[in-house]
Amino acid sequence: MKKFKLDWLILPLVGIGLIVVFWALSSVTWATNLPSPLKTWQASRDYVLEPFAKRGEMDQGILRFTWYSLILVAQGYALAIVIGTPIGFFLGLSKTFTKIFDPIIQILRPVSPLAWLPLGLVLFLNTGKQAGTFGALFTIAICSMWPTVLNTAVGVRAVPQDYLNVGRVLKLSRWKTLTKILIPATLPYMFTGFRLSLGIAWLVIVAAEMLTGRPGVGGFLWQEYNALIYEHIILSIVVIGLVGFVLDRLMSLLEARFKTA
Amino acid sequence: MPFLELTHVSKGFGGPAVLSDINLSIERGEFVAIVGYSGSGKTTLISLIAGLQKPDTGTVKLNDLEITEPGPDRGIVFQNYSLLPWLTVTESIALSVDQVFPNHAPEKRAELVAKAVATVNLVDHAQKLPRQLSGGQRQRVSVARALAMDPQILLLDEPLSALDALTRATLQDEIERIWEADKKTVVLITNDVDEALLLADRIIPLTPGPGATLGESVTVTLARPRERKALNHNPEFKRLRALVTNQLLGYGARRRSTVTKKLILPDILPEDLDLPRTTRRRPLRPNEAKAEQITISA
Repeated sequence: MKKFKLDWLILPLVGIGLIVVFWALSSVTWATNLPSPLKTWQASRDYVLEPFAKRGEMDQGILRFTWYSLILVAQGYALAIVIGTPIGFFLGLSKTFTKIFDPIIQILRPVSPLAWLPLGLVLFLNTGKQAGTFGALFTIAICSMWPTVLNTAVGVRAVPQDYLNVGRVLKLSRWKTLTKILIPATLPYMFTGFRLSLGIAWLVIVAAEMLTGRPGVGGFLWQEYNALIYEHIILSIVVIGLVGFVLDRLMSLLEARFKTA
Repeated sequence: MPFLELTHVSKGFGGPAVLSDINLSIERGEFVAIVGYSGSGKTTLISLIAGLQKPDTGTVKLNDLEITEPGPDRGIVFQNYSLLPWLTVTESIALSVDQVFPNHAPEKRAELVAKAVATVNLVDHAQKLPRQLSGGQRQRVSVARALAMDPQILLLDEPLSALDALTRATLQDEIERIWEADKKTVVLITNDVDEALLLADRIIPLTPGPGATLGESVTVTLARPRERKALNHNPEFKRLRALVTNQLLGYGARRRSTVTKKLILPDILPEDLDLPRTTRRRPLRPNEAKAEQITISA
């Protein structure tokens, strides 16, 4: 297709327009319980136009909810990176370590967040009111850790022998080899892992909030479903999607910065 | 007593020996070039001297001490530069200097780095990353990094083979200039006889692998400094070049090998168009593979 002025803006808008038309048609034909775009906007206006308002525990501006979710994600994600990166390094460096732990990682990796959450709640049951928070953190951390672990391991294994030989000729200490050669050489892989992990963390938070009923964008979605305010389900989905998109863009900017060679 | 001494060294990687019965002794301050076919185990030889690999049998001794591991007393310039892509020229060299001279004051170390950068004419590029440098410039960084460690011996593993002819010539001159300045012991591995003649005191051919070993060494008596242009007309240069080249070619002829290769012909037997249409058979699929012996002389 020929390029024209502002095509980067107009073409995506065309795509969005088509989806909204399909949505509007669906709401009047086969899915009559689906609120129409107009109704959705009317019902969501207060939440969008006063994004930081706080009217009650579960009745707050949409960005305020998003902010709660983001804080929890940031904590769980930080935990995942802090735990996952060293594990990745050990996997990449030691064959024995890989033989011991790789099978268990491969088994735990595909387990759904919905399965981890109850375990997380049980684990932190004796923290009382905080159990929901800790359970959610546990779930986010354990689910979003794997891409970081695996990418770091791949990155470490991919460090060229030439680089390591440079270190051997200089007789660099283990610590210096790690900081001067291994970590810089692995950074691009690590950041790919970090980006994928963040995507998963954001997926998990919604599920975790739904099950624990915490205030947040996912908790809001579930509550409004139960309250039969279907317009807000759509509002939440749009916000969750947009936030996930922005997070991914930000991470890929970071990732591009660390691309060496 | 020789400075660097290899006695009955052999090395294989599971399969047949790459190097067998290597004996080599090099005096302090000598510039020795080892010339050989590609794939004859030249890099393996230099890895053994560097200590990056251990010989299966025999010993490698430097200063009468057996080499068991790599160390900064043997500066290496790798064939593919091996620069760390995230370090600038200065940082790359500083990594070596800081590691080898931890007791020097920071100013003294910075001075050493600056001196090394100047030696290889990279002052204008000191703050650049490897990806911003040309191949020749990268190799200079690699040389500077090795020199900055003030090694007892400098090992050059085909340092110029990845460069174009003009850059090669410039760097050859530069290597000669640097060597003239402090007369370090150098082992240069190369596949270029002219390069060896231009730089070395002694040339040792490496017979082709597997089981490569060192041939008879040729002493280069040409006076220094050797001027590239003048050399081309120098009868001694021509004689030595013919000598080394013939030695290497001689090995090549001996290597003349028989390769049995399975030739798979197109899986169809063509029809004979000369026969009239009615009598000739249609194309056949014979499904046959024919074995043929081809003799290849190198």
